[in-house]
Amino acid sequence: MNAPPHLPSRSPYDPMLVVEDLRVSFPRRGGGRTEAVRGVSFTLGRERLGIVGESGSGKSQTGRAILGLTAPEGRVSARRLMFNGVDLMHCTPRERRLLRGGRIAMVLQDPKYSLNPVMTIGDQIVETLRAHTRMSFSEARTRAMAALESVQIDDPKRVYTLYPHEVSGGMGQRAMIAMMLIANPDLLIADEPTSALDVTVQLQVLAVLDALVVERGMGLIFISHDLRLVSTFCDRILVMYAGQVVEEVSAGRLADAKHPYTRGLLNCVPKLGASVHPLPTLDRLPEWAL
Amino acid sequence: MSTGGRGDVRLLRASNALGRFLVVILLTYLGLLAVTFFIGRVIPIDPVLAIVGDRAPEHVIARVREELGLNKPLWEQFYIYVSKVLQGDFGRSVLTSNPVMQDIRRTFPATLELATLGIIIGAGIGVPLGVWAAVRRGRLVDQIIRIVGLVGYSVPIFWLGLMALVVFYARLGWVGGPGRIDVVYEYTLVPVTGLLLLDTARAGEWEAFANALSHLILPASLLGYFALAYISRMTRSFMLNELAQEYVVAARAKGLSESRIIWRHALRNAMVPLVTVIALSYAGLLEGSVLTETVFSWPGLGLYITNSLQNADMNAVLGGTIIVGSIFIGLNLLSDLLYTLLDPRTRTR
Amino acid sequence: MTANATRNGAVPGETLRDWLISDRPRSRRQASVGRAYRAWRGFSSNRLAMLGLVIVVGLVLVAIFANLLSPYSPYIGDLRTTRLLPPSPAHWFGTDDQGRDILSRIIQGSRITLFVVVLVAILAAPIGLAVGTVAGYSGGLIDAALMRITDIFLAFPRLILALAFVAALGPGIENAVLAIAITSWPPYARIARAETLTIRQTDYIAAVQLIGASPWRIVLRHIMPLCVASVIVRVTLDMAGIILTAAGLGFLGLGAQPPMPEWGAMIANGRLYVLDQWWVAAAPGAAIFVVSLAFNLLGDGLRDALDPRAAK
Repeated sequence: MNAPPHLPSRSPYDPMLVVEDLRVSFPRRGGGRTEAVRGVSFTLGRERLGIVGESGSGKSQTGRAILGLTAPEGRVSARRLMFNGVDLMHCTPRERRLLRGGRIAMVLQDPKYSLNPVMTIGDQIVETLRAHTRMSFSEARTRAMAALESVQIDDPKRVYTLYPHEVSGGMGQRAMIAMMLIANPDLLIADEPTSALDVTVQLQVLAVLDALVVERGMGLIFISHDLRLVSTFCDRILVMYAGQVVEEVSAGRLADAKHPYTRGLLNCVPKLGASVHPLPTLDRLPEWAL
Repeated sequence: MSTGGRGDVRLLRASNALGRFLVVILLTYLGLLAVTFFIGRVIPIDPVLAIVGDRAPEHVIARVREELGLNKPLWEQFYIYVSKVLQGDFGRSVLTSNPVMQDIRRTFPATLELATLGIIIGAGIGVPLGVWAAVRRGRLVDQIIRIVGLVGYSVPIFWLGLMALVVFYARLGWVGGPGRIDVVYEYTLVPVTGLLLLDTARAGEWEAFANALSHLILPASLLGYFALAYISRMTRSFMLNELAQEYVVAARAKGLSESRIIWRHALRNAMVPLVTVIALSYAGLLEGSVLTETVFSWPGLGLYITNSLQNADMNAVLGGTIIVGSIFIGLNLLSDLLYTLLDPRTRTR
Repeated sequence: MTANATRNGAVPGETLRDWLISDRPRSRRQASVGRAYRAWRGFSSNRLAMLGLVIVVGLVLVAIFANLLSPYSPYIGDLRTTRLLPPSPAHWFGTDDQGRDILSRIIQGSRITLFVVVLVAILAAPIGLAVGTVAGYSGGLIDAALMRITDIFLAFPRLILALAFVAALGPGIENAVLAIAITSWPPYARIARAETLTIRQTDYIAAVQLIGASPWRIVLRHIMPLCVASVIVRVTLDMAGIILTAAGLGFLGLGAQPPMPEWGAMIANGRLYVLDQWWVAAAPGAAIFVVSLAFNLLGDGLRDALDPRAAK
């Protein structure tokens, strides 16, 4: 659904990312394969795109497939998967690796697990930089300090030398953002970047993320289960269900959403002054998954 | 609270943990002494008869019993035993008629040299093999490494040693035979450390060095293989655990090369539990050298213990047991210390 | 595999396999048989584990029928004509220095190996099980004391301690078994305690406590049976180590005494002739290797089938 309008290839007006009929499947226990992503298509410019869905809807696997991080037993296919005119499906593993972190970056859910526990935060940031640019260690160090400052860490010198377990979740996630953005990527995929954080810290981290994305004119794919959060934060929203995109709406026109699943999600958002009884529940009709 | 105060609290906590740790070590050591005491005194062989023979007249038996302190209450005997052992006094060996401690000092370097080269071979090959197996999980390489490990687990090491002697020494002549060094070099050598490789290298006697190495390489490789089987298996399992962590996904998302992710990120984390495994394997090799030394006539602690065993020389046997046991306890301590050194999470807070 | 009419609660048209792998067992028996079947399917799909099982079963059969299978007497050879003969159609594995047929001795020796393994398991596993369950269920001071003792034993050099025990007790196969058993129970205690700690939290133990069952009854009747499976897996994994230790003691002359055809002692005997008559030592060592490899394969397979978490 929502096939992208036909554009002449390689024009400067090309969207940054074109995803056409993306499929990801995994071997099932006892033979056969399960499709986690079943024909997802969308395009992305320098904008903020939200992907919403419940767990198991394939939203994270979509993000990982774009980065080329699908687990080795998974199989990825797509009619087209283009990033800035580069055909990702026909890249060598090495080209793919150089894109990762350099042109496309990803922020993961929980800094407690996604930062290496036995390396200092500073070393982990420097490492990204040196994987993509030839640079002396002292220069990389200076850049890393600046990156920590850009995510509003007040005392970068101290945080640089700390181990991940020594910082709070919010600071860890900001360090993660610094680590992923230091090589100036064009596209950032944020996979539930605030779900593991305290509510009070969530907004702070989101503000940091938003400021950097706008300031650098990056594209952003924001993956979340939280429709309310995504609608305030993104320009456009894809709603995924059972591995497919069931609806695409712009954030301002969420109220006009047509698909019953999206409407169901919207109804679950509590409104001030409205009666909460009975608590709304989600319908999951089997035909949506067809 | 001032920073100084917080530092004090941290210091107090650390010393508390250290105190508990020392108590555990002390208890373990006391347990070791209790078991050896039990074996030596309570179990059938009568130490008096062992000295005087079973045809000695009554009054001789009584006198010796008195001299050995065997008419004192058991707890007092134990107290005397412990205080003697702590002074390094294990009594005299019946076989060599030297103090046991002196014999152990003489024989231990040979065992140390053998086991140390063994663990270097075992860890040096076992860790990379385990990493390789984990990275290639389920592939042919993984299966081959698994079988290499299983064979190492299952083969009687003394038998493998014999067969290796037949092939590499008797048939092929690639290595030196039993013993540490050829007799020609034995008396020209001035022992400083007791480790032949070091002593010959210090003296610049390269011919002797090569000869010692040719004797050492086969038994050390066998011990190394024995350690490799365990180390590679544990490395594989720890690495699989680490490679499934989120920080590995993050490292890939950063665009790091696969080799950097494996060696710098995953292995660095897997090393934390691996250090304990390697330390315990090292202890196992010091112990396992008992059988290997017998096969290769290697004049180390293991051969000393087995020779004493066959002559029911209990002072020597128990002395050797206590020394090996102490090394076990010491290596346990060392691996715990290394653990805190390698894992920043245990260092602070 | 078609439906068996005598099966309780069988649905017409259901195959035996369907009945076994059913998600909704209709009786407790069906549930437990089904569970066993699924474990068996996991186990039997592991070819190496099946190989281990076949060899272990073969060892048991050889031990049972040793007298029928040995072509010659394992104890008496002809010193004039059959001394130190190389392998030949008449003597597959050759003969030793006393003219005895090595194959016959290995066949008889399987009994000793089996005897050692079974006896150590029977002695050590219950000690470990008892210490572990009592410690885990009692908690507090008893737990701390028992586990400290266990840790002390775990920190000991096992082989050397076994050697010291045998030296004190005097050489012989029974003492060797005793020494190995004394040094091999601590890991079982650790496992049983860990299991007990989780079982202790369950509701049905709370229910049994409410009925007023005594602690002894709870430990003996309700906790121990549940710990047995994991202890058995661990014992199987240890069997190879037990065989190797027993053979090592035999090799050092501390285990079975001559003329018993114990494999380790046979290697020690063969060592005297190894440079010229290699087969005297080669065959018993290969026998030890094959049997302990089989136990390792079997143990690995059992662990993978019964505990999917450990299957890495």
